[in-house]
Amino acid sequence: MIPLNYYLALSAILFSIGVVGVLARRNAIIVFMSIELMLNSVNLTLVAFSAYLGSTTGQMFVFFVLTVAAAEAAVGLAIIIALFRNKMTVNIDEINIMKW
Amino acid sequence: MSIDTIVFFILAATSIISAILVITRRSPIVSVVYLVFNFIMLAIIYLTLHAQFIAVIQVIVYAGAIMVLFLFVVLLLNLGKEEMLTEKITYKKRIAIGLAVVMLVQIIIGLTTSFGEYPNRLSPLATQIGTVEHIGKVLFTDYLLPFEIASILLLAAIIGAVVLAKKRIG
Repeated sequence: MIPLNYYLALSAILFSIGVVGVLARRNAIIVFMSIELMLNSVNLTLVAFSAYLGSTTGQMFVFFVLTVAAAEAAVGLAIIIALFRNKMTVNIDEINIMKW
Repeated sequence: MSIDTIVFFILAATSIISAILVITRRSPIVSVVYLVFNFIMLAIIYLTLHAQFIAVIQVIVYAGAIMVLFLFVVLLLNLGKEEMLTEKITYKKRIAIGLAVVMLVQIIIGLTTSFGEYPNRLSPLATQIGTVEHIGKVLFTDYLLPFEIASILLLAAIIGAVVLAKKRIG
């Protein structure tokens, strides 16, 4: 039987890879995909705890995380399309219209 | 080593490798494909935890709907020249990777210092709580209000996306 720590460690590794993607990449779409990676690693933690503790709450939270992720992807990609229309780029270093 | 441990390590290795490929590939389309692969591996990991419903919606919603949305945007923006977008290893990236490694080490230390406090076998209830029947029952009784709020959130997201992405006329 696999101990719970293995799942938590896998989740930590996937989350860190997502963090590297968000911090190091300059392409807005890949930054977005890294956020999805991080959301998924948290989902893995929730499912693992739910299964090992015998509680439904974790899986309910995964359901709501999925809903929020879908909403976030729709709005975020719309923002990327709007930005691309105005600036003709998805390089997040060149997108500085909220700076002052 | 038992068979389920071997299966877990194979799944873990493939999901980690595909996650690394997602953030290192230059072309966003290739990244999308590796991300879909990563999601499917995670769905199989959910199956090893007896979370059938979550595994199914992982494939349908994440690998199906959300990634199609990503692929659509990648193809719509036609980022031919953006692939050449200067992505060099700068000092900023070194700092970013360093910070992520520090965070990973902290999480691992946190996990290992509390090693004995975690249960090391699946709860006997695990096979029951992952079924669609049980999740549906709990979702429409205890979590009915959050469920309805989630539908409003999705509606707001759809309207927001339409308003943001529509062309300005006049």
